[in-house]
Parts: sequence; structure tokens; C-alpha cells
Amino acid sequence: MARTSPPIAGETVRLGMYRMMQEARLFEKRAQDLFLEGLIKGTSHLALGQEAVAAGFAAALRADDLVFCTYRGHAHTLLRGAPMAALMAELMGRATGICGGKGGSMHLTDVSHGAMGSYAIVGAHMPIAAGAAWAAQQRGTGQVVVCFFGDGTTNIGSFHEALNMAAVWRLPVVYVCENNLYMEYTPIGQVTAVEHPAADRAAAYGLERIVVDGNDADEVHETAVRLVGRAREGGGPALVEAKTYRHGGHSRADPAKYRPEDEVREWLARDPIPAYRERLVASGVDAAAIDEIDREVLELVDRATEEAKSGPFPDPGALETELWADGGSAWRS
Amino acid sequence: MAELTYREAVSRAIAQEMERDPSVYFIGEDVAAAGGVFKTTEGLLERFGPDRVRDTPISEQAIIGAVMGAAMNGLRPVAELMFSDFFAVCWDLIANQIAKTRYMTDGQVALPLVIRTANGGGVRFGAQHSQSVEGWAMAIPGLKVVVPSTPVDMIGLFAAAVRDPDPVIVVEPKVLYASKGDVPDGEIVDRLGSAKVLREGADVTICALGAMVPKALEAAERLSSDGVDAEVMDVRSLVPLDATTILGSVAKTGRFVTVEENPRLCGWGAEVASLVAEERFFDLDAPIVRITTPHIPLPAADALEDLAIPSVDAIADKVKKATMD
Repeated sequence: MARTSPPIAGETVRLGMYRMMQEARLFEKRAQDLFLEGLIKGTSHLALGQEAVAAGFAAALRADDLVFCTYRGHAHTLLRGAPMAALMAELMGRATGICGGKGGSMHLTDVSHGAMGSYAIVGAHMPIAAGAAWAAQQRGTGQVVVCFFGDGTTNIGSFHEALNMAAVWRLPVVYVCENNLYMEYTPIGQVTAVEHPAADRAAAYGLERIVVDGNDADEVHETAVRLVGRAREGGGPALVEAKTYRHGGHSRADPAKYRPEDEVREWLARDPIPAYRERLVASGVDAAAIDEIDREVLELVDRATEEAKSGPFPDPGALETELWADGGSAWRS
Repeated sequence: MAELTYREAVSRAIAQEMERDPSVYFIGEDVAAAGGVFKTTEGLLERFGPDRVRDTPISEQAIIGAVMGAAMNGLRPVAELMFSDFFAVCWDLIANQIAKTRYMTDGQVALPLVIRTANGGGVRFGAQHSQSVEGWAMAIPGLKVVVPSTPVDMIGLFAAAVRDPDPVIVVEPKVLYASKGDVPDGEIVDRLGSAKVLREGADVTICALGAMVPKALEAAERLSSDGVDAEVMDVRSLVPLDATTILGSVAKTGRFVTVEENPRLCGWGAEVASLVAEERFFDLDAPIVRITTPHIPLPAADALEDLAIPSVDAIADKVKKATMD
């Protein structure tokens, strides 16, 4: 991945992005292990291999900015600053989970850190993100909303409805398509009329056509800084297509045997984390400092795992709480 | 005190809340410049400006998604869904997102929003613009549902809906938009979850909703000349449901009839009837009767639509039979 210009981010930000990618990677690998141990039930949709998109944007946001993501949303929620132990506990169905065990892997949410939810119906969060941006615009908060989604989302109606409304209302929202080449199990190219499922649709909404290397944290970050800054200054929405690759299958149940071996090999060789490490070292960062980050992140994941495991299961009394704002679920007098 | 039409009451209700609270915004298709396809929102754009009263594209998912997102970030938005039949176009946003998000996030997300919509038949629009779909919303945990049947109730229940911290669906019977009623001056705020006894009686409880309320009242007047003293109740709020008032009335009269505009299966009356059966069985002197449309889509022709929707004659006839047992 040759670069033509030096990155705009300084060493602190770049080491920060490396740390974030490692946190997302090791968190999800641990989640995978805990599934195999039977400590996590249900399903999960890992974003192993896609960490550079999450880190590049996370490093470009302000604390009060809002992020919306999908059921493949562990990394985005974590990198907004959600406590790792509470995320792990949520996957494990514990009362100490970020959603008290009521959300699970596909609905991780931490409003206090601007992680406004993981949405499990494809496309649903596209207009919701527009609405949050509309409120930011009307209230003059200066917040920017970032909405992550997969390539499969580009073929559902709400994608188009939301982009049109965001463009017409000039909303401060950046839509980020993580094009990992597969909509669930089917190659996106096989079911889409254009080559770039998001970027090639941008013109329909008067938006710039933007394709970035989603495995390059620097390139993602530079794009994020530019588009988030423009949106914050009233320049309206943007649509980014970040090309990346899912190291594993769609979900826990999917061994992803449908992918050509050489395609998988080629993309594994472009793993964003070792590539970024090499680049940092080449630009003069001490390799020992990076090793230290790796150690710290592993320790963090170990501690979060132990803390999550020791959390209690939800009290039966929690079942009928928090349907309504009064804390209960009564429907009759 | 002034006499207002129901459609005038809609715009007065929205204006009352927008005047009071600058975080109340209103969006929908043709609601601003055109004043709404039913002329229920005339004058709001002029009064509150294009930021707060806004026309949207024909994008029901975007409209409903936008009010959800806005409610998550500090507004108290109101969306108009032109016809309640269009719920089907954006049901994911309503049933999967708005209804579930507070629970799924264990209370992290509050959604103080209102969706108001024109519902029901009687205007010869045919099957895709005439359904009574309040039951769809009632069936989803996490949605509150009210159905005002008079101008004053429209204002009061809408105000309660806007001020409520949870999502509320306000269902407006479109056939009543031209109906009139007295409305007091000044601010009007009602309460969700309160049924209203409109006519007291000793022989039978008639529970009606929306456009069926005036018909039930007229039927009760007619029955009184046949010696049947009917109590008529406007349910007004399906979620929360005023079970106390309904069950109390049944305990007094011993007979229970629902009048519903919806198709037979899973109408709101089925849920209410099951409550009566479970909790007031020993107070009942006769079987419960449900009066509904047949289990069909509504036809367009007036001769057929009039046959389908419960009429005053049909209500009076069935209530009379119920009281002869």
C-alpha cells in the first residue's frame, strides 16, 4: 500500500489508532473464543479485518459526536469509548452488560459515549442517523453524526430515502459504507448494478464520489477529518465507500466456504494491523513502544474478560423493566 | 368556548404544543405549504416557519426514522403519516426500532415522539386508504396508542402525547375531520390511558373507539326508546388501556358490547373482551358481543362500504339482541 503523501495525523494520533485497531481485534478474537467455550450464546457478527475503518473515524470525532452502526458493531461501539468489560458482559448475557443483558451482540449501545446503537435490521439506522443530524443542525450543537453500514445496505430502500433527505436538508451526517465485498454470503457485485455499491450511487444525491482503502487507517482518518470537519461547518452530508474485507464469515454460523481461496489469501496479506505496524516503524516509531501497546491491550482484554465473567446474570425482576420511561412495562390500569 | 371542526382542532393542537415548547418540530408529506391533504395543518408553516414545519419527500421510512433520530438527540418531533395504511411501508422503523430501542438498551434511549395519522374508512377511498390499523400498533410492546373521537379530545390527547416521554401513535378517524364540537379557550391537556363514559346507562356497556363513538351514541339514543338503557364508553386510549373504567362499567351493567371499525380478527375489542371474560365473568348476564367489519379489506363503492362498517342500525340491532338474552 504505497502512499503518495505523508499522513496528516501526528504520531500520538497514529499510535492511538493502532491501539484502537488492536483493541477491536483482540476484543473480537476473545469474543470468538468465549463463544467456543459456551460463555457467549446466540450469534455474533465479527468485523475482524475491518478495524481500520472504525479506528480512522473514531480518531476524527469529537466527544459529543454521535455514531450509529450495525449488528457488526462491536468495534464501533468499543472505539467510541464504551467500557470493554461492559461490552463483554453484554455478549455474555450478564446484568453488568452495557444494556443489562437486554440487547446482546447485535444491539450494543452506549449513549453516554455517543454510541447511539447497533441496528440489526439492514438499513434501518440510515434515516435514524439523519434524524439525529437534523436535531444537531436545528439545535446548533455542532455535533456530527457518523453512520456505518455494510455494502448490502446499498440495495435497500431506506439507504436511498435517507441519503436523499440528508442531502436536501444539508444534514451534518457522514455515511460510511464498509464494503467487505459480501452482503452476508453473496458477493455484492453479483447483486448490484454498479461496481461500487455506495460510491457509484453518490451522484444520485448530488454527493461527491469517494472510495478509500478501508484497510489503511491513515487514509480513512484523513478522509474522516475532511468530511466530518466539512459537515460540522455546515457543508452537508457525505457518503464514503471504504473497501475492506471480512476475515471470517458473515456470522458465527458461517464458515465462509463460498469465498475463493486466493481472494482470502490476498486480503489476509493486507491485514490492516500488521501493515500499519510496519508503516509506523518505517516512519520512525520505536517498535518497543508498539510491543508495549500490544501488551497493554492484551491485559485490558484479559481484565475485561475476567470482570465480565464474574458479573451476575440478570435478576428476574429486570424482565419487565424499561419498556417505558417510567421504568416499567404496564399497559393497563 | 368555540365550535371547531376536528380538522381545525388538529392544527390548534399542534400549534398549542409548538408554541409552548421550542423543541417540538413537525414534519410530513404536504403538511407545510399545502397545509396537509386533509387541511389539518393549515397555517402552521406561516406561524412557525420552515425549520419547524417541514415538507418531506414521499419517504415514509425517512420520515419515521428522522423523528426517531431527532428524539434521540434532544427534539420532541411530531411526524404525520398521511394515511395509516402507510404504516406498512415503514413498519420496521415503528415496530422494530422505535418500539424496541428503549427496552433493548435498558433505558438508555428515550424516544419522546408522536406519529399522527389519518385512519379508517367511510370516505370511499378503497382498501389501501381506508384501513383501521390501530390494532397493529396496539400489538407491539413499546408503543402507546390513542384515538381521539372529538375536537376537544384531539387537542387534549395530542398534547398529552407530545408531553409523554414515550413514543405515542395518535390515530385520527379521517371520516370525523369535518365533525364539530365545542372546545374551551386556553390550553387543553388530557391524560393518556383514560376512557370516558359519554352516556350513563344500566343495561349494557357499549365500548366504542374513534369513528364508532358517535354511531354508538346515536344507537344508544335510539335504544332508549325501546327501553334499553345503554352506557356508552369511548375507549380513547388503547395503550395504556383504562381497564379500571371498562371493567367497572361491566360490573354495573352485566352486558358488554364492543363496536370496532377494524376487521374481525385481532381487533382491539378482542383484547378488551378477553379482559372482561377473565376478570368480570361472574358479573356477566349475557355473552360478550363484538361488532366489527367483516374480515375483508374495505371496498370502495359506497353501497358496499356502508354494508361493511358498523352502522347505527346494525349497532342498535345487535345491542338490543344482546340485552334480550
